[in-house]
Amino acid sequence: MDINETILSVDGLRTYFHTEDGVVKAVDGISFELKKGETLGIVGESGSGKSVTNLSVMRLIPEPPGKIAGGSVTFDGIDVLALPIDEVRKIRGRRIAMIFQDPMTSLNPFLKVSKQLMEVTELHLGHTKPQARAHALKMLKLVGIPDAEKRLDEYPHEFSGGMRQRVMIAMALSCDPELLIADEPTTALDVTIQAQILELIKDLKARMGTSVILITHDLGVVAGMTDKIIVMYAGKVFEQAPTSQLFSTPANPYTKGLLRSVPDPAHEQGQPLYQIPGLPPDVAHLTDGCPFAERCDWVEEICRREFPPFVEVADGHHSLCHFARRVYEDSKPEIFGDM
Amino acid sequence: MEESGNNLISLHDLQVHYRSGGGLFSASKTVKAVDGVSLDIRRGETLGLVGESGCGKSTLGKAILRLTEPTGGKVLYNGKNLALLSRSLMREQRKHLQMVFQDPYASLDPRMTVGNIIGEPIRTFGLVNGSVEQRVQELMETVGLSRRFVKRYPHEFSGGQRQRIGIARALAVDPEFIVADEPISALDVSIQAQIMNLLERLQAEKNLTYLFISHDLRAVRHLSDRVAVMYLGRIVEVADGREVYRDPLMPYTQALISAVPLPDPELESKRERIILTGDVPSPIDPPRGCHFHTRCRYAIAECAEVSPKLVEIKPRHYAACVRISGDHPNIEQNAAENLGVVSV
Repeated sequence: MDINETILSVDGLRTYFHTEDGVVKAVDGISFELKKGETLGIVGESGSGKSVTNLSVMRLIPEPPGKIAGGSVTFDGIDVLALPIDEVRKIRGRRIAMIFQDPMTSLNPFLKVSKQLMEVTELHLGHTKPQARAHALKMLKLVGIPDAEKRLDEYPHEFSGGMRQRVMIAMALSCDPELLIADEPTTALDVTIQAQILELIKDLKARMGTSVILITHDLGVVAGMTDKIIVMYAGKVFEQAPTSQLFSTPANPYTKGLLRSVPDPAHEQGQPLYQIPGLPPDVAHLTDGCPFAERCDWVEEICRREFPPFVEVADGHHSLCHFARRVYEDSKPEIFGDM
Repeated sequence: MEESGNNLISLHDLQVHYRSGGGLFSASKTVKAVDGVSLDIRRGETLGLVGESGCGKSTLGKAILRLTEPTGGKVLYNGKNLALLSRSLMREQRKHLQMVFQDPYASLDPRMTVGNIIGEPIRTFGLVNGSVEQRVQELMETVGLSRRFVKRYPHEFSGGQRQRIGIARALAVDPEFIVADEPISALDVSIQAQIMNLLERLQAEKNLTYLFISHDLRAVRHLSDRVAVMYLGRIVEVADGREVYRDPLMPYTQALISAVPLPDPELESKRERIILTGDVPSPIDPPRGCHFHTRCRYAIAECAEVSPKLVEIKPRHYAACVRISGDHPNIEQNAAENLGVVSV
């Protein structure tokens, strides 16, 4: 297997929702590539389109009111958007798996965990019942559920939040998928449990070579977990960069603002926190200009008038901003110090 | 445990126990949500209260205001024990003691206009000489809401704006003390910073005292003068905010701080993270002795027997662990040297 092979490529994806309030362009022209074994972080606030992007990739957008209005999704050479839905179902859960924020809503409360885990491999891998049961047990042990033999026949409500998320991960990885999409997998969990789950995902990824898309609002979570990051705002990719570059030299005012507004316990306190003023825009009523203009420190007249270009400021590092280069230069550390 | 003159609120062995379950064939059990908490909150400070879900931090906050009834112990406010006041006398005190909730949507009546929501406590307590409307508009400006919104309903606002409404309502009675229970957890990152700055500005302008309850250690670190760490109904460590993060004494606090992901890939790659095994045990049947011993990597046999008391280990730095003392404050070192119980 070629290590540089692209597993997923999304090009110009547009997903619109037709509502009474007008057309909501939830995702509007998103492009990215994921190589085998890579982890991509998608960061954004509520309504930025980060979840809709991935639901579109999985063909899980409810139609109507939603509609994939354009673009392409290519998974391992397969044009996912053109595939009949039956064929998509064969990929979903088998080759692409997902875990969501709240495992309780993704597990069936009436079925034992064993039954739910076994269904997956009976369906996708053609396991017999005994095979599926043995495999389910192996998976529960793999994700670190203590006393797995006993817990296999319990119901979801008998598990704690962190343990349920482990069950979800066990289920998602049952068929050894090539791509795992994790949508806010730790947001509902406490910090000590979050640390356990993130460690588990990292460890399993290293062992199984799975490619991962990690969707989160928490810049801390992506910092230690990903190879590259996409920052989304109002349905658009605002910045895209290798992880270390995004944090060291952000080239978009929105990313810069987000980074500065997180209190950093490693540093001393004292000053008021930097705050991005105002509120995120209503995506049903966007203007022609930059959707971030009203909240931006760098705003000039052109920003309100013209939609910004997607500028490549360094190799693999893009920013959607009229002043991307200036913002990027501004972020660079002063190597020579004060003269 | 401190000089009392500076304390606005003093908790003495505060308890909130409830009965849980109990059917035809099973005995009811006691949930010790708050299990003997003694804590001082000083005038003008922000005391941060951190802990994981189910540790009792929200119950503690509510018990101070008697929104949940304490089942034992004292809540001293200006020397009065709030726990003993009659309901009507307690109601009277509420104009000094207010609460801001996590989910501003659930705590605002959807059928009332913003003007009425903020104005209601003013009318209830008959607090204003001039017009209530004018006072409401002043409050709205104080928290950064346009006064044009006075006739709108809660659903017309975003999460951050609703939290501003909740804060304005709490401020309407001109309180001295505010319990802020996870006020930013439901908000987006860019909005969290706005609300934290608002809380800090109001504190400076109105000389407020806060109990800031949160599971978000980054936010607590930023806002708090002192921090109390809670685990299964008990306070396990108290110190100045800076001190708690620089030199956490308790193994639980150490793990909690180490679990917070930092927005810095370089630091993240170098960090040795302490991963706690297992979940928070149920408060229905907490482990005997030190509640944390089931997850503690330094636990010894005595930890399952003795309930540790909160002891001043370093100046103004308290911790509840039998394996550390003033002479031996470093648990890792104590464990390496095989020291057993050093304080009881």
